[in-house]
Amino acid sequence: MSDLDRRAAPPGKLPGNLATNPRLDRWLAFDAAGHVVVTPGKVELGQGILTALAQIVAEELDVAMARVRLQAAATPDSPNEGVTSGSLSVQDSGMALRHVSAAARAIHLQVAAQRSGVPVEALRIEDGAFLAPDGRAIGSYWAQADAALLACEAPVDARPKPPRERRIAGTSAARIDLPDKVFGAPRFVHDLRLPGMLHARVVRPPARQARLVDLREGALPEGVVIARDGSFLAVVAGSEHDAERVAERLAARASWQATDTLPDPGALADWLRAAPGDHAVIAERDEAAGEATRTIRATFFRPYVTHASVGTSCAVARWQNGTLEVWSHTQGVYNLRADLAKALRMTDEAILVRHMEGAGCYGHNGADDVALDAALAARAVPGRPVRLLWSRAEELGWGPVSSAMVVEIEAGLDAAGNIATWREEVISHGHSSRPGRDPNPTLLAVEYMDPPRRIPNAINPPLASGGGAQRNAIPAYRIPRMTIGLKRIAEMPLRCSALRGLGAPVNVLAIESVMEDLAAMTGEDALDFRLRHLDDPRGRDVLALAAEMCGWRGRAKREGFGLGLAYARYKHTGAYCAVAAEIEALDRVVCRRLWIAADVGEVINPDGVVNQYEGGAIHGVSMALKEQVAFDRRTVTSTRWEDYPILRFSEVPTVETRLIPRPEEKPLGAGEASLAPAVAAIANAIHDALGIRPRAMPFTPDTLASA
Amino acid sequence: MVAFTLNGQPVSVEAAEDEALLHVLRGALGLSGPRYGCGAEQCGACAVLVDGAPAYACAIAASSVAGRSVTTVEGLGSPDAPHPLQTALLAEQAGQCGFCLSGIIVAASALLAREPDPDDAAIRAALDPHLCRCGSHNRIIRAVQRAAAEMRA
Repeated sequence: MSDLDRRAAPPGKLPGNLATNPRLDRWLAFDAAGHVVVTPGKVELGQGILTALAQIVAEELDVAMARVRLQAAATPDSPNEGVTSGSLSVQDSGMALRHVSAAARAIHLQVAAQRSGVPVEALRIEDGAFLAPDGRAIGSYWAQADAALLACEAPVDARPKPPRERRIAGTSAARIDLPDKVFGAPRFVHDLRLPGMLHARVVRPPARQARLVDLREGALPEGVVIARDGSFLAVVAGSEHDAERVAERLAARASWQATDTLPDPGALADWLRAAPGDHAVIAERDEAAGEATRTIRATFFRPYVTHASVGTSCAVARWQNGTLEVWSHTQGVYNLRADLAKALRMTDEAILVRHMEGAGCYGHNGADDVALDAALAARAVPGRPVRLLWSRAEELGWGPVSSAMVVEIEAGLDAAGNIATWREEVISHGHSSRPGRDPNPTLLAVEYMDPPRRIPNAINPPLASGGGAQRNAIPAYRIPRMTIGLKRIAEMPLRCSALRGLGAPVNVLAIESVMEDLAAMTGEDALDFRLRHLDDPRGRDVLALAAEMCGWRGRAKREGFGLGLAYARYKHTGAYCAVAAEIEALDRVVCRRLWIAADVGEVINPDGVVNQYEGGAIHGVSMALKEQVAFDRRTVTSTRWEDYPILRFSEVPTVETRLIPRPEEKPLGAGEASLAPAVAAIANAIHDALGIRPRAMPFTPDTLASA
Repeated sequence: MVAFTLNGQPVSVEAAEDEALLHVLRGALGLSGPRYGCGAEQCGACAVLVDGAPAYACAIAASSVAGRSVTTVEGLGSPDAPHPLQTALLAEQAGQCGFCLSGIIVAASALLAREPDPDDAAIRAALDPHLCRCGSHNRIIRAVQRAAAEMRA
């Protein structure tokens, strides 16, 4: 096709994160050896985003994917794309790169046309070579790799290919990072080995609030250095073995003054209700409606849950000539740099943060915290790189957690069986303590350094940015009168931050459970009741597809088994998902099968989307059936896998996922859409099997017995 | 000094008496495949084969493998000569972050060595000590089945 045929871009602003980083050469460069070098600000979190970005670039430039080299995000040269989070990378970074690539293509073709005298509309591109109508190569990106061509701001009128002409974006390209991972090649920050590198471990206090009052003198192996700043204590040694052994010895020599600060773990829901906080009405609707003739009330609860990544947090840091270098699996290199600067009282310019991959990341885990830990340890040995690795106990016990929540709903039906009223109250901590956003740093160690600084209370982003605790709190269904309230608790005894779905898992559980109970009151099928109250045709489509996949209409009751449905559109603006779950009620509940119907708008990589939906849903099964952070009045006690079990191979359901193709629609992001509906579908399946309504997560024999 | 066979080659390495095999493999021996996940035999990320049987490198002392044969994921195959499991995992795109895969490949290779045609339950049982947080389990199971079929052919 000629570039003149291209669809006009919508007028107005640049797409995605191009608006804030408009220079083309910040994103893209060509080299004479035949590569496209792409420098996204988003990072690989184990979900394949770099592969999707490479597909988008290869598509618009008409080059083979193998030519695309993605550089890991690093300050100060990568575009500042904030944080890789919220299932937004394809929208924010992908759409920016699509536009950048289309613009770069047009610029290069224009230059080739001028130099060759062949009209631009007659040129075509084959794997980066510019061909005249007679097949003669008259140039290439590589021959014109002069950086000056892209040293300009992106034009607003770049014209990406129309959807029907895409050949690479929209196909299941293989993950570019996976070969390294199946051959055990060094790829993770954990694998970084720098000359002269030392190893460090932290000695943690016995309580969240604790002061190191004494560290008894004692022999240390030669070459071992203690790094201490107030009550922050770490050891630096020549080997991992020495670092671990000395950390154990130091722990025995340390005396702490510790304080009880955590709520009574046996009465967490009551504590959440009674705790002071700020209250807001986040949605209110008062339209003409029939009188509510029948009402139900229900309260839902989820304890604190955590990330439980299989790898522990790790960073490498080096101080040299007044500069701090950090290698980190952070979700945002600039945000981390900002908080490191605040914590260490340095300028941003004196800190370099380079991204390297970590184990799977599902939100704000210990990645940023360990970077400050490593910096503090490395400060004791200037010039030497120091690799600091968290233990399993630190990973499960000291990373940020996702807030415990209570959701209370009172809903009413009118005489005709329509939902007439809906009152809902969400009680939660904030769901984001991410670095880089508050005048005070949010990195764990600042609470122990001298002088200690309080980590600011977690926030709930506004609904327009997806919300936090209130994410998916507003029912998607047609309801004429509703009031949705949110209380954010004023204090944060356990540090809370973003974990896959934020408030959505509990909110969707609550809404989709109440929908089933309302349907039962009308005597109507739960699918029909939902469809009758759902106006969004794409939502109706995923619900109908999931129902078809699981055989909802023809289902037969089986003793001990239950089938449940649930639906949500992530953040109300993101991807659509309906899940059907089949559970078997044995001595405990086991989820046997999941059927997932998905709509993410334009799909860049179908297999990648299916992988994300399935992985998110399995995460949801694990959260629904197993997970809760245990604690006493001082600290988290679920610090081993046996105390914080996650779903294992023997417990994983079979999963079938289908995508509804919408190539003309905007891409919507896949990473988080399925988790919340999976939780709710399991709850509804339990109700179907046992006749009891699970209202407290996780759905274990204990909580079900009191349901 | 501890001397043993690592991925088919004799090695000799300085190690403290109680130093974990994992630290020696990742440290002095320069490997990256075996990974630290818990240090307590609870996640399988560090799994290696010792004389053909799966073992937790995080929890056994390097001194205990003296004179024995240790195989890590690097020893099972390489990009030029991949193990059928590695080929199958790529064919099934069976992974997300991939942190757990080294240990899973090692455990699955031991399974296929003793049971060439394992059913779904046998694969799940063999991999049950291994944690995967990304939810790639079903793909991994399919990859093991694919590799088994390939190896029987």
